[in-house]
Formats: sequence, C-alpha cells, structure tokens
Amino acid sequence: MAQIPAHIRLPARIDSLNPLLAFVRSCAERQGLGQERLQEIDLVMEEILVNIFNYAYPDLPGEVEVACRPADDGRLLVEVADAGVPYNILSREDPDLKAGIEERSIGGLGVFFVKQLVRDIHYRREDDRNILTLQIDSEPRP
Amino acid sequence: MEIAVRKAGSATVVSVKGRIDAVTAAEFEKNLAALMAGGDYTLVLDFSGLDYISSAGLRSILATAKQLKAKDGKMLFAALQGSVKDVFKISGFGSIFKIYETEEEALRQI
Repeated sequence: MAQIPAHIRLPARIDSLNPLLAFVRSCAERQGLGQERLQEIDLVMEEILVNIFNYAYPDLPGEVEVACRPADDGRLLVEVADAGVPYNILSREDPDLKAGIEERSIGGLGVFFVKQLVRDIHYRREDDRNILTLQIDSEPRP
Repeated sequence: MEIAVRKAGSATVVSVKGRIDAVTAAEFEKNLAALMAGGDYTLVLDFSGLDYISSAGLRSILATAKQLKAKDGKMLFAALQGSVKDVFKISGFGSIFKIYETEEEALRQI
C-alpha cells in the first residue's frame, strides 16, 4: 500500500508548538510506537521547533513545515523545514555536562537531547530552506 | 502545568504537575522567583506528578538554582518519574543536584 506523506505548515512561533507536537505524535502513534518513545519524540520535536521559533526568522515572521511518513524499515521519517537564515543545529557544540551550578550554562542542551535520542539525523540547505531529516527508531533510547 | 506550594518546617515544597515545556517554563520560573522574593530559600521540588520536562524547564531550574546559591539557599528534587528522570540523567542535572526518591526523604536532609 502506498503511503501518502502527511504534512503541516504553521507560523514559526510558540503557539504553534502544541499543534505541531500533536501532529508528530499522531504520526508516531499510527506507526505503533510505545509511550516511552512517544515522550522522547515529543522532547526531540520541542527542542528542534523552539530553536526554529527563536532563531530562524530574526526580522520577519515565517513558517515551519513538518512532514512525516513511515520509512521502509519500520522507522518513522520526520522532516522539518523552514525558510529562515541558514542554520545547522547539529553544528552546535555539546554542553559541558560536568560543570557545577555556578559554571553551568544551559546553551546547547536542547540540541544535545536531540542528538542523544535520535541516531540518524541530517541537515541540508536546499532552495533557501533549512531541512532537517530525522529517521526515528521505534525503540526508546537504551 | 499546575503548581502547589506548601511549607514544611523551614523548607518550601513546590509540587509541579503536568508539563514544564517552552510554553509553561516562564510561569514555572515566575512562581519560583516569587517564593525567593518572599524569603523562601530552601525549595523542595516535588516532581511526582510531573510528566515531562524539556531544556526550557531545565533552563528555569538552573537560573533559579544560581540565584538561590547566591543567597545560600538550596533546591532539592524529589520523586522524578520516567521521562523526567531520563532528562535529568542525559543533561547531567542528576549529578549537579540532590535528588531523592520521595519528598519525605528530601525533607529529612534539610
């Protein structure tokens, strides 16, 4: 049976967060992913989307588009695209996890979660858009 | 997100239910700031009803902890559940903060 990719496009701002998360959650549920993995995906998507809301469109309002479809190998394929300034979140440096309360800075933690929870993630710049592709395993992080 | 606050001796127990995410983190942080402004410097965060936390929530916790530290105060955590426990572990927050299995256990340390 052919799978039709589903997608949603909303303004890149914080009140789009919950509808976008609900959209990806419904894709993941259709794929039969368990509760624990659904929560991890929620976290991954929040961190990616909030990054886009905060940084992609510094001057003008813009949009974010999320698409998802099952991959052939049972994984869930999620693509997140924006037409904002070129930015590869994967290039963000990992935070120092060992620093104490005073020294600890919070920058980069969200992206670090994304990298920890999704093994296969790719960035490309295409037609003036940032496109992030996530191949999400059905099992939670070990 | 729902927040309930009660006094327990010299400590203040803050019970948070639901989600601390990019939408709710500011309100969470505002509640903690109000407690500090009122002179509550020993906070026990009861997370038994917390289902979810993202880096936005951790940012609020860290900002509050830094201010508490400047006032010789402290912040303890109790009853982290499933995904919240994992997030603390992955972020390293599990080793920079004191975390207890139950609220009672946290209160015994004060």
